[in-house]
Amino acid sequence: MENEKHHIVPYRLYLFVLVALLALTFLSIAITEIDLGSLTVAGALVLASIKAYLVLKYFMHLKYDKPYIVSMVVFVFAIFIVTVIVTFLDYLYR
Amino acid sequence: MNSTSVANEANYLKYRGKYKGLLGWIFSTDHKRIGLLYLYSMATMFSVGLLLGLAMKLELLAPGKTIMEAQTYNATFTVHGVIMIFMVVVPGLPAVFGNFLLPIMIGAKDVAFPKLNLLSWWFYVAGVFLVLSAILFGPGTPDTGWTFYAPYSFKTGTNLLPAIFGAFILGFSSILTGLNFLVTIHRLRCPGLKWTKLPLFVWTLYGTAWIQLLATPVVGITLVLVALERIFGVGVFDPALGGDPILYQHLFWIYSHPAVYIMILPAMGAISEIIPTFAQKHIFGYKAIIASTMAIAFVGYLVWGHHMFTAGMSGTAQYYFSLLTFLVAIPSAIKVFNWISTMYKGSINVQTPFLWAASFIFVFMIGGLSGLVLGALAANIYVHDTAFVVAHFHYIVFGGTGFAFFAAIHYWFPKIFGRMYDKTWANTGWLLFFIGFVTLYSPMFYLGMMGMPRRYYDYLQEFHGGNILSTIGSWVLVTGFVIVIVNLVRSVRKGPKAEMNPWHGKTLEWTVPSPPPLENFDEIPVIEENDGPYNY
Amino acid sequence: MEQAKHVAHDHYDAEASKIGMWLFIFTELLLFGVLFVIYSVYRYINHDAFLLAAGELDTTVGAVNTVILLISSMTIAMSTTSLQKRNKLLTLLLTGVTLVLGVVFLVNKYFEWGSKFEHGIWPGSEYLIENLSQGEILFFGLYFIMTGLHALHIIIGLVLIVVVMWKVYTGKVYAERAALLDNSGLYWHLVDIIWIFLFPLFYLIH
Repeated sequence: MENEKHHIVPYRLYLFVLVALLALTFLSIAITEIDLGSLTVAGALVLASIKAYLVLKYFMHLKYDKPYIVSMVVFVFAIFIVTVIVTFLDYLYR
Repeated sequence: MNSTSVANEANYLKYRGKYKGLLGWIFSTDHKRIGLLYLYSMATMFSVGLLLGLAMKLELLAPGKTIMEAQTYNATFTVHGVIMIFMVVVPGLPAVFGNFLLPIMIGAKDVAFPKLNLLSWWFYVAGVFLVLSAILFGPGTPDTGWTFYAPYSFKTGTNLLPAIFGAFILGFSSILTGLNFLVTIHRLRCPGLKWTKLPLFVWTLYGTAWIQLLATPVVGITLVLVALERIFGVGVFDPALGGDPILYQHLFWIYSHPAVYIMILPAMGAISEIIPTFAQKHIFGYKAIIASTMAIAFVGYLVWGHHMFTAGMSGTAQYYFSLLTFLVAIPSAIKVFNWISTMYKGSINVQTPFLWAASFIFVFMIGGLSGLVLGALAANIYVHDTAFVVAHFHYIVFGGTGFAFFAAIHYWFPKIFGRMYDKTWANTGWLLFFIGFVTLYSPMFYLGMMGMPRRYYDYLQEFHGGNILSTIGSWVLVTGFVIVIVNLVRSVRKGPKAEMNPWHGKTLEWTVPSPPPLENFDEIPVIEENDGPYNY
Repeated sequence: MEQAKHVAHDHYDAEASKIGMWLFIFTELLLFGVLFVIYSVYRYINHDAFLLAAGELDTTVGAVNTVILLISSMTIAMSTTSLQKRNKLLTLLLTGVTLVLGVVFLVNKYFEWGSKFEHGIWPGSEYLIENLSQGEILFFGLYFIMTGLHALHIIIGLVLIVVVMWKVYTGKVYAERAALLDNSGLYWHLVDIIWIFLFPLFYLIH
């Protein structure tokens, strides 16, 4: 088994991602300043998810990894979300 | 490489590395030696747990106090549970036979991370000693039951913290083993060994490893929270401070129910190896068994709530959990169907491993079907927390995993030690064990339905008959166990030399000498298009 | 007794160690995942109390720490590139920046926790139990547990980075044997991701 050749990511790309992450951070601060009711939490969480997606894809190199690693990550996040939903089947209807 | 061939002249039991004697074992990164380290440490813990179980049965021989006080009884079932669950059946087959056989079965020289593998055994030992320290020192032996239910777990005055940290570390050991196996299966399969040619034991180890990886952290952090609750009084599970004890139960069972599948899946894998070998027939429904393994692993992750039907969950959650519990029965039944079909019209060679495997199917079916009684909402309320539950999970966990473990040790014993055991004694031991098992646990189904609660050292006069029968069963079982163990231990040194392939198996471990050489294979095997693990 | 040397099979397999690291990250995700489950259940039950208690936290400190962590994540990501380009000095510089930023994060955290302690707020403190509602007690309990566990992970990450820097410096980690740096990077990003969720859940409730 040969070691696969590394994909060298240009510095520039990391910088772009950082700028995007910072922008999203300030956006989420701005959004939660406005009173949107229950949408505030949803908005903050959506923005956080986008940030996490960027970190996973670029910083953690998932974009350049083999598909099976990506599918493992997707699977783990999926099973976590399902676990949360099932737990809330109890609390929402209690 | 020259050093490899030198190393391969010695078998793994005899070679001498950097250290000699005991040190050469406890610092060995050889997967086979680590497997045996687990075997010896688990056998020790199993014997301790067995004695505690025996003591409980003796206490229940007659109503009222027989040999111990109520508090002692509480401590006894707690320690019995913690030992048997966290130290015996959870590491169970993966730690012993997985470690020993996985690399050989996939044609590799070792697991992916041998040092990590050794580390996980060290974690296991550390966990064992931590838990034992909770028993021997401090203000009293833990009395919460192995579930450490809140809020009692931070109210009890007994020495619970070391036990909790011990369980945490044992969990860590389990995670590392799972991680190691996953990487090994992904990266170290020999050329030509496609996923669809993997032995079923390897497949079940794969499914198990995923559960170990994804479920164990849940209980780990939950136990840490209980510890923090005891130390600081954070309030996370304390109803007096706004916490919800039922949330503790959710989190505990999110791990501990999949843990049942950590116990039973590799057991099923071992049975799936043994049945085709002794029927000398291709396994029936190879892909169906793989699919059902993965289905059990996945669905089993999402049914934890059926342990909490009477805890005060919402009705919606109860319906959901009950439904999914019934669904989990389907893949399990598929496996039983496949095993039976494999035997059908086979030329069955009735040997000790086959006897254990066949009795596994018998007790597993009783255990599984009684599980459906418990999964049904209405019936569950009736038998919840009674001896019925105890009978059910002992049929599954002890009858399932335990019988499969003994099947596996008798099946792979000639490979592991290069010696054969005395078959007559082995069969006698099996028969007594089996009779004892059925006598011990079957009355508890009846007692539970009549309303005898679990976890009490005392009972009403009307339950006396069933309890006498059950206690007698425990004596028969232990007699069988002693015969089995003495026979095996004796044979390690004195048994006749075993052939390379005494049962005519087709998986890769039977192509290497018994006992295997240090590096398993002189040359990494290559699997051809027509080869397969069950091509008889 | 025959004597033979057990040949260690530590052949270098970057892909294997990468999968190993990812699997470990999964366990960490679920570890924190459980805490997020607990958080959401209690927030659902004690909605108003959580809003009230969150007012005590300083959004600015949280935001500054977020920025610090994001930048540190970028620098360690960049260091994997510089290692591939065989620029040892830049690699050391970039991992060094990550190290310093991680320490700054912890210092901020120290002062943040310190000011809570001054107000008599710590897990199980008398002030907390006597003056605050159950929901607020839970909020602060979770705040200390989750940020504390996160800080613990930062510390572990920093130790890892020091080890990596030493190995880069001594030449044991280089372009063809980059797994240790790559994996430490993955670990650091994981810590980053957890903070990305902690930040809005604790500091951005209004």
